[in-house]
Amino acid sequence: MSDLLRLATAGSVDDGKSTLVGRLLYDTKSVLADQLDAVTRASVDKGLSTPDLSLLVDGLRSEREQGITIDVAYRYFGTPKRSFVLADTPGHVQYTRNTVTGASTAQLGVLLVDARNGVVEQTRRHATVLALLGVPRLVLAVNKIDLVGYDQSAFELIAKEFAAYAAALGYTDEAVTTIPVSALVGDNVAESSANTPWYTGPTLLRHLESVPIATDPHDAPFRFPVQYVIRPRTPEFPDYRGYAGQVASGTATVGDRVTVASNGATSTITAIDTYDGPLHSAATGRSVTVRLADEIDISRGDLIAAEPDAPQPSTEIEATLCWLAEKELRPGARLLVKHGTKTTQAMLGELTARFDEQSLSCVDAPENLSLNEIGQVRLRVAEPLPVDDYRTDPRNGSFILIDAGDGSTLAAGLVGSPLRALTSATGADTDVSPGP
Amino acid sequence: MTTETIEEGKIIDEDAPVVADNIEALESEAIHIFREVAGEFDRPVILFSGGKDSTVLLHLAIKAFWPAPVPFPLLHVDTGHNFPEVLEFRDRMVDRHGLRLVVAKVQDYIDDGRLSERPDGTRNPLQTVPLLDAINENRFDAVFGGGRRDEERARAKERIFSLRNAFGQWEPRRQRPELWNLYNGRHSAGEHVRVFPLSNWTEADVWRYIEREDIELPSIYFAHTREVFARDGMWLTAGPWGGPREGETVHRKQVRYRTVGDGSCTGAVESGADDVASVIAEVSASRLTERGATRADDRISESAMEDRKREGYF
Ligand SMILES: Nc1nc2c(ncn2[C@@H]2O[C@H](COP(=O)(O)OP(=O)(O)OP(=O)(O)O)[C@@H](O)[C@H]2O)c(=O)[nH]1
Ligand SMILES: [Mg+2]
Repeated sequence: MSDLLRLATAGSVDDGKSTLVGRLLYDTKSVLADQLDAVTRASVDKGLSTPDLSLLVDGLRSEREQGITIDVAYRYFGTPKRSFVLADTPGHVQYTRNTVTGASTAQLGVLLVDARNGVVEQTRRHATVLALLGVPRLVLAVNKIDLVGYDQSAFELIAKEFAAYAAALGYTDEAVTTIPVSALVGDNVAESSANTPWYTGPTLLRHLESVPIATDPHDAPFRFPVQYVIRPRTPEFPDYRGYAGQVASGTATVGDRVTVASNGATSTITAIDTYDGPLHSAATGRSVTVRLADEIDISRGDLIAAEPDAPQPSTEIEATLCWLAEKELRPGARLLVKHGTKTTQAMLGELTARFDEQSLSCVDAPENLSLNEIGQVRLRVAEPLPVDDYRTDPRNGSFILIDAGDGSTLAAGLVGSPLRALTSATGADTDVSPGP
Repeated sequence: MTTETIEEGKIIDEDAPVVADNIEALESEAIHIFREVAGEFDRPVILFSGGKDSTVLLHLAIKAFWPAPVPFPLLHVDTGHNFPEVLEFRDRMVDRHGLRLVVAKVQDYIDDGRLSERPDGTRNPLQTVPLLDAINENRFDAVFGGGRRDEERARAKERIFSLRNAFGQWEPRRQRPELWNLYNGRHSAGEHVRVFPLSNWTEADVWRYIEREDIELPSIYFAHTREVFARDGMWLTAGPWGGPREGETVHRKQVRYRTVGDGSCTGAVESGADDVASVIAEVSASRLTERGATRADDRISESAMEDRKREGYF
């Protein structure tokens, strides 16, 4: 198991996400001299006395001009204990789709609030997105604690309010860690702060270094979307026929029985090939080429799955959507769906619910979904798709929706009803009142 | 506690940041990307400069399709100021792997007046037009590049599948969401997609992979003796790109290159690292990024890289 943690920031605009990321990079000595020079020069030009560390991550000119993050930045850093891939996402509502992009692969979300404002609507929206996507752990960083005079009661009030919300979203107590920080000054980021003697928990960095990493379950059933059929037709390999792909879940082992989802044919894995030689088995995430005992018609877009644990292909798909496009989604809309390696036509049959972040409940049968809204839908697809439920198999339970006209990516799709699960687990609007 | 060991006169701080032991995951991710493109596009091409990133890219492409040959050609934008060692290496790789190479030559454009030499003699910015013309003429729809997000903060913002308009321009505000590993390669006629399989690799990852896979590189990546002169705080080598100018003195030095680009703007670093292991030690001890250390073209302004990407550069 590689000791790598993928994390994403989230939280409202200006709460200090990029500054915190810059601070983490700086305090772990991940910033090289020329990068720091550039930032120091730019900060001096802006009339600042200390380097504005957010400039390390806000890499686009318009971001620096406006002082906000527009798109995700990916940064890589490490300590002797662990390596990190960090996605710094924008807080601005308009760019929520970039937040979803950053969070889709995260194992931990660092959600920031401004200690002066506490939990605001955007905090709730992002927490919901993280919960829906199944990001297993959260850090609530109560930032700008310097601006409330390092006040313990301000911190505790926010921690308490957020704990209720996170619990409502299905997070257990131990999945959420709340830390008072100042990204600007550095309190409790890499070093424990003397300004918060009342806080005895770990610094953010210490926590990131030691928090258990959620990995894909290796006992999940085998799923292998076929990307490409390898047929060399060379003198050396005249009859070779292998199916190239990346193990989406579970493990492939030579001798395993498998089903081809599109036609129900069954066979046995006879070889798992790589350039470096054959493997006996390949774990989740590994890119390999699989050969089967029988001549079966298999092409790109097929799914090779464990027999008898194969998903049933279906033309009716129930799913939660994060709608990421400017144009509205209405029932009857014609779209493309990409699931695994297959792209096919789809039509929105029914829009059954829309999520309301304020009340943490669903509005039934809405007329449409607009930018950044989360909804529950029923899709009809042209070719049956062998999907799993997102909550049991995120890789084979996710898809994207694409505009057939201009090719843009419209939505992130989660198979099943994670949204319903989220709102019903808690008794919804009666239990939780996140306040005005 | 910080332990210091002295190795060949260099101090290696054992508490210095380490990189993830996740090379295998990065390799699988890159192979997955290559295969997605092969499955979804009609005419992909690999940008191949002979530099370390594009050599790693080629190595991964070979692995992705083995035992079949790589199903796409290579494209090299020849500035006319390339290092001879790199051109020789390029041709040898093409021969060894039985590949097809398309070369777009900046010199041709200068000769017939479509482009003119810049006053500073730098040819890197002149690559954009020949690159875009080659993409259009050959109707390439997916163009693999060796760009990494850790190279520069504008690159840190780019998607793995990066849509380019008919003018080859990157429009950062119009980037598509990129969810999980579901890449969207849809594009209209005239548009193309730049694809970056090494997006999530760091410079150190690339070197560790070169070591692990025993990948051959052009000789100039390793310490050698060369006549150089100082300009803009870099060691440039004498060549047709001009220099040394008056007042610039030539020294014989032991140097190596951290990146290979156009000779006019790629500097060498003083180094005794003559094999991959010592390069890795040097890179992890360096306090400068590879571009900051050796690329004049990236030092021009705060947004040099972003501006060139917007214009259709890699
Ligand atoms: N006093 C104080 N100011 C802070 C702190 N953290 C961030 N700031 C300031 O808050 C402002 C916004 O910081 P950013 O890091 O750009 O905020 P952000 O959350 O990344 O904003 P978006 O990405 O646009 O959503 C800047 O002026 C920071 O200097 C802090 O801990 N204390
Ligand atoms: Mg920001």
